[in-house]
Amino acid sequence: MSNEKSVMERIAEANKPVTAGVDEKDIKHWVTIRIMGKAYRVPSDLTILTAMEFAGYRFVRGVGCRQGFCGACGTVYRKEGEYKLKTGLACQTRVEDGMYLVQIPFSPAQKAIYDIKKERYNVSTILKYYPEVAKCVSCNTCTKACPQDIEVMDYVQAALRGNYEKVAETSFDCIRCGLCAMRCPAEIVQYDIGQLGRRMYGRYGMDKPDHLKIRLKELEEKKFDPELDKLEKATKEELVKFYAAREREKD
Amino acid sequence: MEIPYYPGCTLKTTAKNFDDSAFAVYKKLGIELKELPRWNCCGTVYSLTSDDLMHHLAPIRNLIRVEEQGADQVVTLCSMCYNTLAQSNLRIQQNEEERDKLNEFMYKEKVKYDGKVKVLHGLTVLRDMVGYDKIKSQIKKPLDGLKVAAYYGCLLLRPKEVCIDDPESPTIMEDLIRTTGAEAVPFPYANECCCSYETVSNKDIVIERTRMITQSAQAYGADVIITSCPLCEFNLDNRQKEVRKKYPDHVDIPVLYYTQLLGKALGLPLKSLRFDLNYINPRELFK
Ligand code: SF4
Ligand code: SF4
Ligand code: FES
Repeated sequence: MSNEKSVMERIAEANKPVTAGVDEKDIKHWVTIRIMGKAYRVPSDLTILTAMEFAGYRFVRGVGCRQGFCGACGTVYRKEGEYKLKTGLACQTRVEDGMYLVQIPFSPAQKAIYDIKKERYNVSTILKYYPEVAKCVSCNTCTKACPQDIEVMDYVQAALRGNYEKVAETSFDCIRCGLCAMRCPAEIVQYDIGQLGRRMYGRYGMDKPDHLKIRLKELEEKKFDPELDKLEKATKEELVKFYAAREREKD
Repeated sequence: MEIPYYPGCTLKTTAKNFDDSAFAVYKKLGIELKELPRWNCCGTVYSLTSDDLMHHLAPIRNLIRVEEQGADQVVTLCSMCYNTLAQSNLRIQQNEEERDKLNEFMYKEKVKYDGKVKVLHGLTVLRDMVGYDKIKSQIKKPLDGLKVAAYYGCLLLRPKEVCIDDPESPTIMEDLIRTTGAEAVPFPYANECCCSYETVSNKDIVIERTRMITQSAQAYGADVIITSCPLCEFNLDNRQKEVRKKYPDHVDIPVLYYTQLLGKALGLPLKSLRFDLNYINPRELFK
């Protein structure tokens, strides 16, 4: 075992609030934010998430990766003196003085159940599962709400004309935070439409990559069976040895 | 010559035969339909409610997309898209307060829309920009002996402010028919509504209208009906199946987009005209 820190330890460290272990009197810059209406003074270099923790909130739900990937920490806020309602990921948005905020960690939705193998690669599949997509008025509110800077309206519109390629490509960075759906006047659940679009495109639209064809052929020719047999027959001690000696990427 | 082209959702889905045939026909006549790189649903129906601005966002946003291309005109083929885009445009041209409100709502758009884009229909492009003489000179396979009824429906003609021709006695499609060598047969139901979206919730009324319209055209001698609206096409074409079921003596009549008929006369390859997507097989007509 080396003395280097493990990946997990390093992530944990990087995520420690910058204030951890710092004496409050040494923190120079403070802002006032209001969480669900109650004012808190918090250090100005925190994210909304760490600021809420600083203020005493403890998250069991409404937080996940802390890295802007899981979409669990959707937040809406207004700033004093501004009428615009803003949105962001709590773990990625820095606090600003005069923020009024609340978290919307979950957005209720009816996700369609389908067997992708049985669907038709045209607009009828979208309309069958999410007929409300036709109610989109192109207000663009979803796009304004998206913390991932996705052109959400454009992928909803592409779905409406059965253009799965465009849906898949445009919605690719969606992390299902649900903020778009919470703001949509047509009550559309954009992220589920995006997901159906990506699945449909993956199954029916995309060219099968060469490496997949090669790998499938290798599987058919049972290329990996001897290695699997070897593992299956190995003792526990042998398995531990194999594991330690495995090919792996550098941390 | 290139013209920005707004296809609309239906031409990209169930009316692919209109989109494909138009592309080929206009190209043959020297007009490149250049699809807007970004567009959304037209809004489908022009909202008549006086305080319902929300439903004008979709059409106006499309006109912003035209301006983004540095263009000041856009052509569309679907009668419904044409009507919605043209009416919202007119409304915004005439009402500065509403225009400001909509622009303010769309504050993320770089273009502030001022009502300057001209909304054209594909039929007026043929009449005014290409010209019937030029079309006539390009006809390779004259449709001699074919009798064609032009079905206008409502959306090309009403209200008169956006009408593409005379709202009561239009001739724009008949004039086009005559360029192909075919005979245009006027019939009394050419401007009657097909009942449009009632086809979803009130199919029966559409069956009756379809019967009335198609049989009237046949009574005046038509072999085929042409239209420029995907919803009219669906109602008049596909609903004949139900007409036949309810009235066994009904005789089918093919319904085509005007671009399909014109494409045939221009001698374009059948593949580009997509007759395979019309419900009643029109291929018999051209034997
Ligand atoms: S598209 Fe919607 S759910 Fe996806 S990241 Fe953007 S706002 Fe969140
Ligand atoms: S918020 Fe809803 S209605 Fe508005 S553009 Fe997005 S999907 Fe369409
Ligand atoms: S906690 Fe995962 S995106 Fe913020």
